[in-house]
Amino acid sequence: MNIFIAIVLWLAAIAAAGWVFRFVGQKVTGNKPLFRDMSYGVAVGYILAAVLLVWLGWSYVLSRSPDQTIANKYFFLGKAVEGFLLFAASAWAFRIFGRNVGSAGTRKLFRSMPLTASFGILTIIIYAIVAIFAGAIAPYGQEEILGAANVVPGGNPAMGGNPDYPLGTDQIGRDILSRLIYGAQNTVGIAFATTVLAFLIGATLGFLAATLGGWLDQLLSRAVDVLMAIPSLIFALLLMTIASAWAGSEKGLLTFYMVVIIAVIDSTRVFRLARAVGLNIVVMDYIEAAKLRGEGMGYLIFREILPNATAPLLAEFGLRFCFVFLTIASLSFLGVGIQPPLADWGTMVRDLAQFINFAAFAPQVASAPLLAASAIALLTVAVNFVVDWMLHKSSGLKE
Amino acid sequence: MASILRIIAQRLALGIVTLFVVSIVIFAAVNLLPGDFAQLILGQGATPEAVEAIRQDLGLDQPPITRYFQWLAGAVQGDLGNSFAQANFASFAGTDVGTGQGSVAAQIAPRFENTMFLAGVTAVIAVPISITLGVLAALYRNSAFDRTANILTLSSISSPEFFLAYILILFLAVLNPILPSLSNIYDGMELSDRFIKTLLPALTLTLVVTAHMMRMTRAAIINLLASPYIEMARLKGISPMRVIVKHALPNALAPIINVIALNLAYLITGVVVVEVVFVYPGIGQLFVDSVKIRDIPVVQACCLIFAAAYILLNLTADILSIISNPRLRHPK
Repeated sequence: MNIFIAIVLWLAAIAAAGWVFRFVGQKVTGNKPLFRDMSYGVAVGYILAAVLLVWLGWSYVLSRSPDQTIANKYFFLGKAVEGFLLFAASAWAFRIFGRNVGSAGTRKLFRSMPLTASFGILTIIIYAIVAIFAGAIAPYGQEEILGAANVVPGGNPAMGGNPDYPLGTDQIGRDILSRLIYGAQNTVGIAFATTVLAFLIGATLGFLAATLGGWLDQLLSRAVDVLMAIPSLIFALLLMTIASAWAGSEKGLLTFYMVVIIAVIDSTRVFRLARAVGLNIVVMDYIEAAKLRGEGMGYLIFREILPNATAPLLAEFGLRFCFVFLTIASLSFLGVGIQPPLADWGTMVRDLAQFINFAAFAPQVASAPLLAASAIALLTVAVNFVVDWMLHKSSGLKE
Repeated sequence: MASILRIIAQRLALGIVTLFVVSIVIFAAVNLLPGDFAQLILGQGATPEAVEAIRQDLGLDQPPITRYFQWLAGAVQGDLGNSFAQANFASFAGTDVGTGQGSVAAQIAPRFENTMFLAGVTAVIAVPISITLGVLAALYRNSAFDRTANILTLSSISSPEFFLAYILILFLAVLNPILPSLSNIYDGMELSDRFIKTLLPALTLTLVVTAHMMRMTRAAIINLLASPYIEMARLKGISPMRVIVKHALPNALAPIINVIALNLAYLITGVVVVEVVFVYPGIGQLFVDSVKIRDIPVVQACCLIFAAAYILLNLTADILSIISNPRLRHPK
């Protein structure tokens, strides 16, 4: 219960400090408008932000302290502060780079870009490079079982590490760094393929329903309504049960079934959007003109509707990729997604999760599962930042 | 008032029809399995006679449509069949007479209660926090506070649940042992103890749900700020806080209530991963365990319950938004 009392005391202190801050500000600056019109809530907000910043800075200092128990306790906060600053700095540098290099169009794009979006683009590029060249970057193979199991991350022999394996090895002796790198290829690659498949199915059917209308539209729309009434993760788990019975002991086949299942489930959401966008386009005059010219259905969908529906579909592609990626990661985490021996982040988190309990004594050990989990989080956050920026830009919401 | 009742009745009927169709989909999906239940229960070395006996016992020799209606009739009465894993062959040998040990309903009932408790605790924490934060973000829009909140909520929406869960475990259970990281709930536990053990999974869900609800609250309020009556209120000289709480919030209530109900629907289904992380004995954990050992009757039943909860909450969202919006209540 002590901790709750401490929280209440801290809040009371911050509330009091907010009042003092405003009062002193008014007296010292001789009632400048900034302090004169400041509401009490804003004053408390300033103090709260200041306290949080000081606390973060102080924990960073503590994480560097020579006393090992204290340093261990603040290890993760310290790393988080370091990581945040590193990301912010690289995003900032990337934006400067983008503003000065490239064609006039891209330079203009980078000028109005918020830092979050440039961070997102940079992260996506890095992930793409790592995923494509995983075989060349990774020091070891993803299925390669090396000499020592459970080598501690950090590469410090004094603490049970090994400089050959900078992030250590897992419970059966596979290099964690290599598996993380291959995970980019497997997890991101499979998620990407699934999203593309979902878009092929969903967009084609959606446009078809929009152009043809009639009973086909009714049939597809009602079918999609039913499929969307079942929560997607639950439905995916149900279908995976059946798929695992179908696939039997062939693990590769199960991964393939998973791709199809998730693609079908997610294509319902794409269908909704494609149909809605398509319906707006179908009533345009140029579609009418194309129809009168006697163009076929394929021409109508791919040459007339698709180019005009790219912008909303592209934003949806980013969001859909996030959902698919998270679904696959969750399925793998639950043990029914991507199957071993393929390296995959969700599975890695599940396998290494127990090491988190050692965080108080050996923070390096506990960082392995968190690295895999944050690899997932980082990509989805990055994609979401970019999509958010794109939507903000295209909607013209400037407020 | 008559029209509103009619609309609600319509929606309810639609919901029941959807649930009916969904149950067909679930049943049909499960019946796509190669071989059949009997083969699955007995495994590889089953003799044809034994398989045939179990087929008859489970009624698998009847056509699918008959079996579907039997299953549905049972499900409506609360009898969801027998679990394969718990079934133990006693029930098939006929020695297990009416103990109900292996029945799916007996397995699900206590876990369902636990999941509802978790969802309830989460809702009690998340709803007030998200509405308060949403109002504050709308009040101080485009300030440093708003931008930070925007980045933080976007990050927490897009992170996987298990990432947030492990971060919370790391900081609140391992490094600072404030809360227990395992939620071993059992019968006859004291309520306060149970609450403490539920707190960490509830906080994880809160992080996910709050972000979404807060963003919607902010967006709903900001949408209204351009309307003439808000301008009028401002010109009267009312303080910004009062403008938002007294004038904007009541009109923004419809979308906010809608998003709250949708997030509660998410809570019921999104608990799966969180329950697994914290080993919380809820229905989601049971579902995942059954998926792994292919315990078809349990999977089927859990799926039906999740779908029903999801449909019901979406329905509630619909109905509440109609009730809270006079324009929808009196359609032209």
